[in-house]
Amino acid sequence: MTEPPAAFEFTKVSVLRAGRRVLDEVTASIPAAGITVVSGPSGAGKTTLLRLCNRLEVPDAGMVRYRGRPLDELDPLALRRRVGMVFQRPIPFPGTVADNLRVASPEAGPDELRVLLSRVALDPGLLDQEARTLSGGELQRVCLARTLVTRPETLLLDEPTSALDDQPKRVFETTARELAAQDITLVWITHDDAQALRVADRIYQLRDGHLTGAAAEEAPP
Amino acid sequence: MNTTVSWLGLAISLLLVAVAAGISWWQRLGLQRQILIAAARALVQLLLVGAALTLIISPGRSIWWSWLWVTAMLGYAATVARRRAPEVPHLLGLALASFTAAAVVTLGVLFGLHVFPLTGRTLVPIAGMMIGNSMTATVLAGRRLTDELRDKRDEVEARLALGQASRQAAAPYVRAALRAALTPQIETTKATGLVFLPGAMTGLILAGVAPLQAVLVQAVVMFLVLAATATTTVVIALGLIRRLFTPDHRLMYLPAPADR
Repeated sequence: MTEPPAAFEFTKVSVLRAGRRVLDEVTASIPAAGITVVSGPSGAGKTTLLRLCNRLEVPDAGMVRYRGRPLDELDPLALRRRVGMVFQRPIPFPGTVADNLRVASPEAGPDELRVLLSRVALDPGLLDQEARTLSGGELQRVCLARTLVTRPETLLLDEPTSALDDQPKRVFETTARELAAQDITLVWITHDDAQALRVADRIYQLRDGHLTGAAAEEAPP
Repeated sequence: MNTTVSWLGLAISLLLVAVAAGISWWQRLGLQRQILIAAARALVQLLLVGAALTLIISPGRSIWWSWLWVTAMLGYAATVARRRAPEVPHLLGLALASFTAAAVVTLGVLFGLHVFPLTGRTLVPIAGMMIGNSMTATVLAGRRLTDELRDKRDEVEARLALGQASRQAAAPYVRAALRAALTPQIETTKATGLVFLPGAMTGLILAGVAPLQAVLVQAVVMFLVLAATATTTVVIALGLIRRLFTPDHRLMYLPAPADR
């Protein structure tokens, strides 16, 4: 059986910030299939690793590849539509839920938007509601739906449930698993070990700037 | 009849400075020294400028001396803007560019279309009004935009992460900054004549110009200031966006005020 192509490949990637090495020559490969969880203590560089994947940051040394292509050869705007990101805290934009969903795709029709809401287990009737009046869990799922507007093939989730209670957290996890079943690659950052066990197809550890448990580290190419 | 102020009159008007200093002393504000220094400094500066202007705009003098004076004012205003808003990156160059743009627009309309005849006597004060007001608006717009992008970094990056280009992702914050910088000028323009009589008009009437003529000049000056502030702020905002984002649409690190 041949290995499916990697979604992301990191080759000796280092990131320096104010003289400190946030990531230290990380070499790893994140498979395209299923949910890859990156766990590790806070301050280990998890968010930085994720932000390298959609070029909100660039490495100081080394190379990141997406599906075989070096990231700096790809148009960043097109890349970010293929690789969506959900941030740690929900970040609503001013306006209604529909306004939020239309930021990335102003021409999207109401039917399309209703389908998006049901994909993230939200009532399609919320479309005309002011986004900032929603609960944290609903809002984070609106942010997820907002990301899905561009039909991404990969989703980067940066501790998306850290601000949520247990019940909305479970709903978000179920939604994410359903998206993974629809062939969307998910890279999920968390420091919640129980959550990692519930959602992950594989778990990597990021510690002291090194990624362990990743295939590439076990068997260097 | 022209009204003139004699040197004795000027000396007597210093009584008014004494009133301000006296109030400071009476209420223990500790501002006496500052009031006296400010008044003395203003007087010396005005006398120096008056002497320079007498030389520059005296009849028969080449207009190039006036243009040189305007250029020097532009440069000086840009350094003042940078000093007043050190947190705004690259402000010196941006301010120079924006003042130049405002000068081209406003002086182009006023002199190109012969609203005023182009002489040293008209060029220097008109350019002075334009640059002075543009400087304030520049500081306001630059500061506000930098603050917005720093404080709302999460929102900006969420927009970038959806594939928006930096210009598009920054648009709501550019609008907020432009509104903040232009609103005071719009309010002032609205209240002119009702709440206060502007300086240029007051000066003209005191100097013996017919009120109607003074009003016409003042109206032109207000429109000049409006156009100048709009032009400078939009140049500053769009220029800043180009410098605060990388060519590959990442928002650069903006230090918080405490880190400065």
